Amino acid sequence: MTAPRNARFSMHVQGWLLALPAIVLLATFTHVPAVSTVVDSFFSTPHGRQPAAFIGLDQYRTMLADPIFWRAVENNLLYALITVPVSIGLALAMALWVNGRIRGRAALRLAFFTPTILPMVAAANIWLFFYTPDYGLLDQIGRLFGVDSTNWLGSPATALPALMAVTIWKEAGFFMIFFLAALQQVPPDLYEAARMENAGRWQIFRRITWPLVMPTTLFVAINALINAFRIVDQVIAMTGGGPNNATTLLLFYIYQVAFSFWDIGYAAALSTVLLFVLGTIALAQFFLLDRRIHYR
Amino acid sequence: MNSFTRIMTATALATTVLAGSAASATEITFYYPIAVGGPITKIVDGYAVEFAKAHPDITVKPVYTGSYQDSVVKAMTAAKAGNAPDAAVLLSTDMFTLIDNDLIEPYDAIATSEGDKTWIKSFYPALMENSQAGGHTWGIPFQRSTIVQYWNKEAFKAAGLDPDKAPRTWDEMVAFGKKLTKRDASGHVSQWGVEIPSSGFPYWLFQALTTQSGAILANQDGTKVAYNDPKVVEAAQFFADLGQKYEVMPKGIIDWGTTPKDFFEGKTAIMWTTTGNLTNVRKNAKFAFGVAALPSKQRGGSPTGGGNIYIFKTKDKVKQAAALEFGRFLTTPERAADWGIATGYVATRPDAWQTEAMKKYAAEFPPAVVARDQLKDAVAELSTHDNQRVTKVLNDALQAILTSAKPAKPALDQAQAEATRILHAYQH
Repeated sequence: MTAPRNARFSMHVQGWLLALPAIVLLATFTHVPAVSTVVDSFFSTPHGRQPAAFIGLDQYRTMLADPIFWRAVENNLLYALITVPVSIGLALAMALWVNGRIRGRAALRLAFFTPTILPMVAAANIWLFFYTPDYGLLDQIGRLFGVDSTNWLGSPATALPALMAVTIWKEAGFFMIFFLAALQQVPPDLYEAARMENAGRWQIFRRITWPLVMPTTLFVAINALINAFRIVDQVIAMTGGGPNNATTLLLFYIYQVAFSFWDIGYAAALSTVLLFVLGTIALAQFFLLDRRIHYR
Repeated sequence: MNSFTRIMTATALATTVLAGSAASATEITFYYPIAVGGPITKIVDGYAVEFAKAHPDITVKPVYTGSYQDSVVKAMTAAKAGNAPDAAVLLSTDMFTLIDNDLIEPYDAIATSEGDKTWIKSFYPALMENSQAGGHTWGIPFQRSTIVQYWNKEAFKAAGLDPDKAPRTWDEMVAFGKKLTKRDASGHVSQWGVEIPSSGFPYWLFQALTTQSGAILANQDGTKVAYNDPKVVEAAQFFADLGQKYEVMPKGIIDWGTTPKDFFEGKTAIMWTTTGNLTNVRKNAKFAFGVAALPSKQRGGSPTGGGNIYIFKTKDKVKQAAALEFGRFLTTPERAADWGIATGYVATRPDAWQTEAMKKYAAEFPPAVVARDQLKDAVAELSTHDNQRVTKVLNDALQAILTSAKPAKPALDQAQAEATRILHAYQH
């Protein structure tokens, strides 16, 4: 009886050993920092010779009373609510277009994909030029139609939408690639059958294409939503959170609290909230929406 | 001997050799940011080489650490990991943050010889205001600046103004601005009278206005601010009125980075910006331009700005002495003059202006002297404990006022309450 048990034991050991490099990496750079962030959020920020002290939920109480935190939450929700559906819609539309037999298809695909390969900071600088009042591209075009100049990034009403446009522009092309792959997986006989039944184009899309690319849509939606809460570089490059916190998003606020204010304890509490939000999104999408999705 | 032992022996041997060579020379690390145009890295590396020639026993390793914000993040995280730089150029306003984190050594504790003491006293007093607190000197002025106004002489001539006279008062600025602002029939403005940038760190330019209206924003110890002083409210109202009431400045937030470009493109006839932009404007303006001290209300004046040299705390006294020696080397009259000419920063001590090189430069290019002459009216840049948080409160209020989201008085009352709450921990 001992021999098989030994064999099973060594198989387990082997399995763990194979997983070890990944576990070590994940633990060092993801799990340990995440856990210690949660722990740190219950402590005050150490100052010089004064060490960190346990203060329970004080940081979270501060957070509830912090208007900038709520502004960041509000901005971030708005950001997700608008950029996610719009970039998914655009991505799908572009994919449907370049999936058809049209001339210059390769060039079009490349054109749609280009924004993705640009580094965010480079893209942000291009858009900074677009948005510059008076001699920026948008205002120059606007002037042809008699529209007066707009201070896109300098007024609270347009600054956040202006950042959203950059995100949508950057992400739609990337998501298009996923939809394109999904569209090519749809069996052509389904379309043929539909056409024999005299189904309209909208009906074909609604009854065949949309359900069959649903797994991709879910995957893309999760990614887009998580990205919406991870945006920080373009805020730093384009607005610095201003004017008057109109473009302060959660991760940017965390960066500011941690590396401008050096309030590490409070930054840890804010990070814990962000961690919780992202975890909830992932769980909700996996477990609640899973059932409604058609898998072959 | 298996391969493992062989490697270990080799490593041990290498370590001994390296440690041996390190002992013969003290190596110090020097962090510096870049905030203006020009080949700054080359200049700083050149200084390190020159220093090595004069002090063969000390090796300086200059490390370019990005913007001011990047540099303080890098210095503080390195210090928290027990690997602080020996000396660093950081914003003069970072002083309280560095003190509160117990990271820097006051100069008076290490620079104790007679020569050292005269050295500390050799800089312009206006520049020392941001370098001293609690009876100690924490920073030595290195790359410092003030705000000045640049004006387009051709635009002035076209508007029927004397091209050689910049506005000297707030009223003149508004009056000139009205003549300089060009509107077409549909109300589109092709040239504004003046631009005072308000993105990122509006508090700095705003502090010029509060200084002129006669207010001081913070006390010397950085424990109190006066955000809702009536004179500060008056300055904020004027800042907003320039766009909203007098309509001589674009409404909303004006980007700091594109203001010089607006000036070059003729989009604005006057701009307020740092003297650090002098070389940039000299190179890129395609028209005759002038540089003048800012206009006055109750008085003239501008806050100072820019970076100081800090010496970090360490147990290694030899390194600290070497860092101090390098700090002294960087701020001799000759080098202060050289640095000022190369970058546009104000040479930090009066005797630097007596050097041959500086005299020649000032004669060739008189605008260079404007920043120096304004130093007599200059005040300390807003700096308090928990500095970035306390200034952000003011930045947010200003941006709310400038975008018409809030009137001046309530916005500043709220900012004062918030700043007082943050500073409460530092009242003794």
